[in-house]
Amino acid sequence: MFAPRFGYHRVSSVAEAGALLREHPGAKLLAGGHSLIPVLKLRLAEPPALIDIGRLAELKGISVEGEAVRIGALTTHAELAASADLEEHAPALAEAAGMIGDPAVRNRGTIGGNVAHADPASDLPTVLLALDASFEIVGADGERTVAAADFFQGMMATALGDDDLLTAVVLPARPPGQGQAYAKFAHPASRYAVIGVAATLEVNDGVCSAAAVAAGGLVPVPTRAPSVEQALVGEPAAGDAIATAASQIGTDLGDDLIGDLFASAEYRKAVAGVYVQQALATAAERIG
Amino acid sequence: MSSKIFGSGIRRREDPRLVTGGAAYTDDITLPGMVYAAMLRSPHAHARIDDVDVSAAAAAEGVLAVYPGADTEDALQPVPTAWLLPDSDLQVAPYPAIAKDTVRYVGDIVAVVVAESRYQAYDALDLIAVDYDPLPAVTHPQQATEPDAPQLHEGISGNQALHWTVAGGDIDAAFADAEVVVKERIVQQRLIPNAMETRAAVAQYRQASGELTFWNTTQNPHIARFICSAVTGIPEDRLRVIAPEVGGGFGSKIAVYPADFVTIFCSMRLGRPVKWTETRSENYQATTHGRDHVQEVELAATKDGKITGLRCTVWAGLGAYLSTAAPGIPTILHGLMLSGVYDIPAVKEDVFGAYTNATPVEAYRGAGRPEATFMLERLVDKLANELEMDPAEVRRRNLIPRFEDGHDVITGLTYDSGDYPAALDKLLDHAGYDDLRRQQAEARNEGRYLGIGLSTYVEICGLGPSQVAGAIGFQGGLWESAIIRFHPSGKVHVFIGASPHGQGEETTFAQIVASEVGVSPEDVRVFHGDTDNTPMGWGTYGSRTTAVGGAALALTARKIKEKAKIVAAHLLEAAVEDIDYEDGNFFVKGSPDRGKTIQDIALMANVSWDMPEGVESGLEASTFYDPPNFTFPFGAHLAVVEVHPQTGQVKLERYIAVDDCGPQINPVIVAGQVHGGVVQGIGQALWEEAVYDDSGQLVTGTMLDYAMPRADRLPEIEVLSTVTPSPHHPIGVKGIGEAGTIASTVTVYNAVLDALQPLGVDSVAMPLTPERVWRAIQESGGD
Amino acid sequence: MKVPVSIQINGRLYESEVEPRKLLVHFIRDLDNLTGTKVGCDTSQCGACTVLLDGVAVKSCTCLAVQADGAEVTTIEGLAQNGELHPLQEAFWNKHGLQCGFCTPGMIFASHELLRTNPDPTDEEIRHGLEGNLCRCTGYQNIVRSVREAADIMNADTQDGGEG
Repeated sequence: MFAPRFGYHRVSSVAEAGALLREHPGAKLLAGGHSLIPVLKLRLAEPPALIDIGRLAELKGISVEGEAVRIGALTTHAELAASADLEEHAPALAEAAGMIGDPAVRNRGTIGGNVAHADPASDLPTVLLALDASFEIVGADGERTVAAADFFQGMMATALGDDDLLTAVVLPARPPGQGQAYAKFAHPASRYAVIGVAATLEVNDGVCSAAAVAAGGLVPVPTRAPSVEQALVGEPAAGDAIATAASQIGTDLGDDLIGDLFASAEYRKAVAGVYVQQALATAAERIG
Repeated sequence: MSSKIFGSGIRRREDPRLVTGGAAYTDDITLPGMVYAAMLRSPHAHARIDDVDVSAAAAAEGVLAVYPGADTEDALQPVPTAWLLPDSDLQVAPYPAIAKDTVRYVGDIVAVVVAESRYQAYDALDLIAVDYDPLPAVTHPQQATEPDAPQLHEGISGNQALHWTVAGGDIDAAFADAEVVVKERIVQQRLIPNAMETRAAVAQYRQASGELTFWNTTQNPHIARFICSAVTGIPEDRLRVIAPEVGGGFGSKIAVYPADFVTIFCSMRLGRPVKWTETRSENYQATTHGRDHVQEVELAATKDGKITGLRCTVWAGLGAYLSTAAPGIPTILHGLMLSGVYDIPAVKEDVFGAYTNATPVEAYRGAGRPEATFMLERLVDKLANELEMDPAEVRRRNLIPRFEDGHDVITGLTYDSGDYPAALDKLLDHAGYDDLRRQQAEARNEGRYLGIGLSTYVEICGLGPSQVAGAIGFQGGLWESAIIRFHPSGKVHVFIGASPHGQGEETTFAQIVASEVGVSPEDVRVFHGDTDNTPMGWGTYGSRTTAVGGAALALTARKIKEKAKIVAAHLLEAAVEDIDYEDGNFFVKGSPDRGKTIQDIALMANVSWDMPEGVESGLEASTFYDPPNFTFPFGAHLAVVEVHPQTGQVKLERYIAVDDCGPQINPVIVAGQVHGGVVQGIGQALWEEAVYDDSGQLVTGTMLDYAMPRADRLPEIEVLSTVTPSPHHPIGVKGIGEAGTIASTVTVYNAVLDALQPLGVDSVAMPLTPERVWRAIQESGGD
Repeated sequence: MKVPVSIQINGRLYESEVEPRKLLVHFIRDLDNLTGTKVGCDTSQCGACTVLLDGVAVKSCTCLAVQADGAEVTTIEGLAQNGELHPLQEAFWNKHGLQCGFCTPGMIFASHELLRTNPDPTDEEIRHGLEGNLCRCTGYQNIVRSVREAADIMNADTQDGGEG
């Protein structure tokens, strides 16, 4: 397919990118391009210009800073999946990144581009929500940090304004004894998540002391599952207790479920619990 | 050279160019001065065109021309169908290359842009303003024939393109007397062939000489030449069609398409070489689809499982217009195979071919036979369930016993040879069938849903005797021809009319020649796919290339050998009848060490210094081979699946194929055909479906929506074979290209339904998506 | 608007001015004789266009030529060295890992990527490694065998190198 014409600016600093965004209303940021280029090829968007931030070294890489893991917006899915730091401090994120698309896609697609696109069937937003990530944004009025719960606002909609640039995603490092997992039901064609569930579990004295569960693919914005989480706390992190808690997911999803040709809303709602259960069971196995 | 080359799994000679990027497919061809065409396609399934304004597009940067239907209507004849099925009340609707007044499916061409670059051509498409007046649409084949359905073509009542019947035996008595009747309504969903190379064309028209060279992604360049000549008016002698490297076809590159003629038209008008290459989205809309049958089937049987009758009505969606071979697919290639490998005394089928507001339907790997096999094999499983008999046992009770030289079946065909019990036995034995059933019982006790699916099949290929082609309305012959030419050094050129496109016949054809005349296959070059330097051929489809083309080649090689024997006798000063032959050596009986090699003889024949009296110079022969009958490959397949009852997800655990295509020229290539065919059929069972919404929009419009089989969702395919030569074929071979697909859809389907049997589920629509399986489980009240 | 780019392809530097919208795959294919890289879809699903960009596999239909400015690209034409086929090319040939050949260049680079990151994969890992590449002819079975054989050859070569 053949994209429409657009202008092109390759920038060498975040500041330059910000200035160009303000100068060219409607311009789009180009990182790995794996969300944007397909849209352009299908002529579903016709931005006047692309601002290529793909070479900004300052936006690349993963660093552990005390209790926090900082991930530059240009870090690729392949880098996330292969990161020893993430394996230690945020294994569910590495796991989910390794399930995105396919290896060639993971070599180009970036965490920043992925979350800015905010496709409800995407994998990373779900995990980042479960892990209580926050997002560092540079805008016209300077820098700000937005929590995951506030960042994802709707289908393909985020807290990013027209002039904003996402620079990094920051996660609390996994506390000792926490298990994490991501379970996915991939669409057979697109490989996007029909259902994606991220879970973390902590156990003290044989009972669950903390749990976080987030679900994606099911509703327009990835959502936490407070009913499931609450049902787990104080229960043994195993077998029946997990199954019982997982069965609460329907309450958390509400009524605005996504349905499409492959999987109706009714079906998604009915089988979401299987994936919640799977994510929790795997997270429980990984404790310790 | 050893005659052992026949049957040897040698590496393919095609591959070095293909693994290095050295092969040229149609889109890889660039000519000086070449410009690019892009088609504006209808976004509506059915609409009147009130106005097409091309002025802005024509003025756009780089644009040479924009032609709407008004420009082509006199220059291009309507697109023809090449299968005028008799006794079917066939109604052929006018099929303009570019629609002028009405569009009838999403993808109908409305205008063409030619520009200096492809990007510019696509930019200009956005500038064409078309005023459409949308009309109601119908895409479902059965609904299209209902009284209040939107009508596609003036004068064709009820959208009925054809009504064809096949019958044999006393079907009414069979059902009146039946002890058991099982019924099923089956939807063979519409499929998108998805050859990895989309369609493309390069037209180079020389206005000075009136000659056209046309590179095209075609399975049948000679048919393409014939039809292009008829539509464009360029005489056949000035029209050269080249099928360069072709990246798969599966039936979708049989048809000669509107876009092909339009590309030629553009080159004729502009005097420039014009290239057109489909995008994948365009391919989904405009390149022919497959299947699209609704089948109502019933099977009559005795209480001990003997089948006494099969009766069905089929509504076959043909799309908005009749594609090149469309009328023959759901009829001849389908209905005549109704009784399969079983001895069934009575059959009857009514086929209603319907025009629908959808992409035209053509042959798609298997073409009619998978749909027939599915009906029969599904109902055999239902019968087994009804009688509480093992499905393998029911099959065994009905199989036609082994035959070596002809067996008449109730549809009027004479199968060539078969040993169906042997194939089934080999399958069950290899699978460890009894063990599998035990494992299944244990799994059920543990609450796991394991399923075992079986299918047998027989297919019709090696199409076919030309006399039969005429009788069934095929507007061409079905013979093949070959030329073998020896050069002075003993190297060989083979020219053949068939046109392989991935199947590897450059290799297997060389193996046939090498084994017949005793040269090394490395010394044989095979030329195909260019109408200017190959003899006439009727194309590669219906698993006929090796079965018919290979026969032509073997017979030609035998002519070479006969002539060589005469020359050898002369050179050895012996009588022809005293000459023996072994592995390329001609010698006087008892003296193999003082013989003449085929190379010696090739040299002498070419220099012609000392030839026998009355024998022409050169060592060259040709044959036109018109087969006396079709060939009938067969086999038996088995699948093991596990169904996840909470999600409805199906995991294919094992797949075993036993196929009999006669003697195998190259068993590695045969296995490759089986692997690919099986997986394509699995795709239909589990994943693939072209879906239109109520307004006729193709909802599965890209590879993001249409699920193709991928490596990570498949098990190893276990491939076995039996060998039953065709009695009427010079080298006994039958064809293998479609076998896998014909058997595998229903095999996997039967396995899934077998898994669900304890839940009381006895029917689920294909593809068996998780939701459909889950829903069936919910509705059955189980789990 | 055109933008200057210089891209090294198979060891040779190509410098030209391109429209920013031009895809890397079109840039490559528009060069003389470098048509081995294929376009099989328009949604990044099929992988026929896979090439190496600075040594890692990417889908060149989902990358603009301007993004590859200054990079090194390897296409199927550049994989054989000194007239010797790469072990993957050899193995695809040996194991009948291709039929029509259209997906093959991309399939070889997907395999290349897999073996780069996992030199001794199991069959299941091979199947997962090929999840982004579609083939309609082979049912993937002989592709899996081809990758297995190439891995064995490459691992043997590495061992020989280490010992010698």
